[in-house]
Amino acid sequence: MVDEHEHICWGGGHHHHGGHTLSAHQLCARYGDVTALSSISFSASCGHTLALIGPNGAGKSTLLNLLAGLIQPSSGTILWNDAPLYNARQEIAYMPQRTEVDWRFPITVRELVEMGRYPATGIWKSLRRHDHEIVDRALASLELQDLQKRQIGALSGGQQQRAFLARALAQEAHILLLDEPFTGLDVPGTESLARLLRALAEEGRLVIASHHDLSTASRIFDLSMLLNRSAIAFGATADVLTEENLFTAFGKRHITISV
Amino acid sequence: MNDFIRFLGEPIAQRSLWACAVVGFSNGFVSALVVLRRSSLQIGTISCALLPGIALAILFFGLMQLSILIGAVIAGLIVGLGSLFISRTGRADHDTALSILHTTAFALGYIILIRLGLQQKVDDWLFGNIMSMGDADLWIAWGTGALAVLSITVLYRPLLIYLFDMRAAASMGIPTRAFSYGIFTLIILVLVSSLQAVGAFLTLGLMVAPAATMYQLTDRASLMFWGGGLIGAGGSILAFFLSYPLGWHLGATIIVVLGCIFLLAWLFSPKFGLLRHRG
Repeated sequence: MVDEHEHICWGGGHHHHGGHTLSAHQLCARYGDVTALSSISFSASCGHTLALIGPNGAGKSTLLNLLAGLIQPSSGTILWNDAPLYNARQEIAYMPQRTEVDWRFPITVRELVEMGRYPATGIWKSLRRHDHEIVDRALASLELQDLQKRQIGALSGGQQQRAFLARALAQEAHILLLDEPFTGLDVPGTESLARLLRALAEEGRLVIASHHDLSTASRIFDLSMLLNRSAIAFGATADVLTEENLFTAFGKRHITISV
Repeated sequence: MNDFIRFLGEPIAQRSLWACAVVGFSNGFVSALVVLRRSSLQIGTISCALLPGIALAILFFGLMQLSILIGAVIAGLIVGLGSLFISRTGRADHDTALSILHTTAFALGYIILIRLGLQQKVDDWLFGNIMSMGDADLWIAWGTGALAVLSITVLYRPLLIYLFDMRAAASMGIPTRAFSYGIFTLIILVLVSSLQAVGAFLTLGLMVAPAATMYQLTDRASLMFWGGGLIGAGGSILAFFLSYPLGWHLGATIIVVLGCIFLLAWLFSPKFGLLRHRG
């Protein structure tokens, strides 16, 4: 596991104390008159995997959207190393839900991963050798070299997910935001994606994902936030997913959790 | 045949040929945006919705290229954004609202054009008349085409991310809202500049078929833009040479030729065609 006080942060490649920390203070989000989320506060540092858990409409997507900068909070702040997160967009990599991706779009795996270099190069610069090396490394670390010339629709479900993770790696972002990454995966697919996410966290990233499957949450994520319009509990997954908390969030006796 | 060769020597024939090439290329180039965004039906409704804007512009300012352009852009915006507004504030979904607004707008435009005594012109607005394009129209078509190629080429990388994955694009700081409006405006500009060539009804074919054909042939997005442009221009020029000897309406011939090219690609594409060799 990661040493909290001194870890080798991937990308920066240097030791530092305390790690990078994402912290939210009293976040609220409104759609018109409807309050989707209120007074969310938490803080998590890189090296962890954090699950956002709650019933449908609890605000999991809203919280991801807030962190990704896709919507603005109506009040509250999000800080990354004590500075506003919105000033550090290159630190955030967003991975959409599989059902939201147009898999017939005419791009190859490599082109998808190259998109991750956009925040670093901007509009005016094209990819340099340095960028191509980063793309090569991202493809290699997710074992996609042999598939890089394939159109993205010609991949299996697990490979498609790895291709999007490779884009996040190429972006060299510290924070990975994933929208329901485990939806539609079979048991082996879930296991291997879980291993991958833990490995990415151990290299010094902060992985945050919305998650609906209570039975797998404790095996995949070391931190959890239980949500229903506001935060019900936040902390180590085992401490968060208690009968009592789940009753508060879901409003009914929930299936017992197998560990 | 001699007739045709004599006709080719005339300025009007040369202007039409240029118009075919320029309008065909810019529509084909921009058609990649429409195909990649899967918004062809929306573009179809918007192209018809331009009619009342054009009619009102003629009503108030007379037959002037610039006023027609502005009228068309305003009509497109009202129908495009209006349908979005109606669907967000009422019970109808976006497609329903768009269907009602664009047919209403189209009918209104038709009534105004008839009331203006432009019956003979109505056919031209609906189906196009390349022969009626003057030098100024040709320049506008050139300018619009150049603007489209230049802006898309310069912004190609963020544009592709936006087209593929709008949420990731937004999280990377790409101004997605500006891109949406920019694309909408660019498409309307190209539509209006080609309205004289193929008309409000047929322009949809010119704005979808070229890139849709390339999509049957390639897995590279950039080829959809440039290949789409070449197919649009080549198909239109081919239609020009077919329509005179056959005595066919030129705008309609362009659409028929592009439709046939698409069907050929759908059937015989080496990689994705229906009749490809399955190994």
